[in-house]
Amino acid sequence: MTTTYVLDHPEKGRIEYRDRKRYLWMSSLFMPLFPMLGIFLYFAFDTQWALAIPLLFSYFVIPLLDYVIGADENNPPEEIVPQLEEDRYYRLLTWFTIPMHFIVLIAIAWFVGTQPLTVWSVLVLAITAGSYSGLGINTAHELGHKKPEFERLLAKIVLAVPTYGHFCIEHNRGHHKDVATPEDPASSRMGESIYKFVLREIPGAFRRGWAVEKERLARQNKSVWSVHNDILQSFAISAVLQGGLIIAFGWIMLPFLALHNFWAWFQLTSANYIEHYGLLREKEASGRYERCQPHHSWNANYIFSNLVLFHLERHSDHHANPTRRYQSLRNFDGLPQLPNGYYGMYLLAYIPWLWYRVMDRRLLELPHIQGDLSKVNIDPDQRDAIVRKYGQQQTTAVPA
Amino acid sequence: MGKYRCPGCGYTFDEEQGDSHEGYAPGTTFESLPETFTCPDCAVRYKEDFEQVDAEAAR
Repeated sequence: MTTTYVLDHPEKGRIEYRDRKRYLWMSSLFMPLFPMLGIFLYFAFDTQWALAIPLLFSYFVIPLLDYVIGADENNPPEEIVPQLEEDRYYRLLTWFTIPMHFIVLIAIAWFVGTQPLTVWSVLVLAITAGSYSGLGINTAHELGHKKPEFERLLAKIVLAVPTYGHFCIEHNRGHHKDVATPEDPASSRMGESIYKFVLREIPGAFRRGWAVEKERLARQNKSVWSVHNDILQSFAISAVLQGGLIIAFGWIMLPFLALHNFWAWFQLTSANYIEHYGLLREKEASGRYERCQPHHSWNANYIFSNLVLFHLERHSDHHANPTRRYQSLRNFDGLPQLPNGYYGMYLLAYIPWLWYRVMDRRLLELPHIQGDLSKVNIDPDQRDAIVRKYGQQQTTAVPA
Repeated sequence: MGKYRCPGCGYTFDEEQGDSHEGYAPGTTFESLPETFTCPDCAVRYKEDFEQVDAEAAR
């Protein structure tokens, strides 16, 4: 069974589009099996080594699959997008993943709390659970951008799993406004390692989210410390969920949940790090930044990791049309492209010298930059070193 | 009382209704919104980007 979208366009004639990924999107429903897979194999083969398999899959198999399966040729015509948006099938998939995030965290916590495990196994499980909850932030990202109140509520609920209730407010109203500027704590700068970035991104995001919510509530003549605070509502669910796990499974939950939460946040940090690295919007005469353009985001048009991430990697179209649903996001030629999918790029980011080696050149070669360092968002602490390294080459270059 | 629409995502600010979630009471004029106002739904478009919706055309 296939669904073909058809439109009789007054000028362009009959436009047809069939989404070849339509049923592949159902893989989101099976994603929870991956964090659980290690536990099944542990019981089947009675070895704690099995617990590492899901992480190996995320960080080694997914980048490999992106490399092997390659780019995604699917691209819905703009005229068909309204029909795709209306198709409720796609949004139901995102809704169904919400309970999975609660189930998986509770199941892994139960396993950690009741099985005789080594410290290493607990660490691996906390990171595995954190990775899956990081995907929960990705789903909250998809839902939190949508207009229906119900989907924003689901986003608030799923953000409670990794205790990151301020994300949607901070992201929609902060990051999307300030993206690719030095003012944005969620846009990384050239020469800034991910380990430096995380210390700016996590606290900066919380402060900005809280400030935006405080301002909104002040307009309603309400205190920021009220039950109407969307951030506090999500944190209240977190308190019940994670407090309940501590009561049920004891002190081991404290380090487990701390690492789980941190790793989920760090997944978001990783995505933020690679999505806008070094890119800079120009300031207009009015003092305002130019509107976010397609060349202000890095993209990765790989089939496999995009299926895992609800098309997050088609990032330029997302910033141009933030309320657009994942199935409608499009890829365009000539956009800044990452050399692998997000999971592969995360690994690269974790090794800063290798990241700079691959990305700095790629950044400076972008058509709108062409080596002009004034068009790059540079870490102020690294500016001198970067100018020495790349600025010289430009001034000494002899025109052909 | 008029309506103003975000040309990017279609969010519409209706002066008659305001936007209670955002804390703008019914009867808030678009003019009186802060200059820093960005579209509450997409945050891509600024206040000056908003287009007045023709009451006749919207009907």
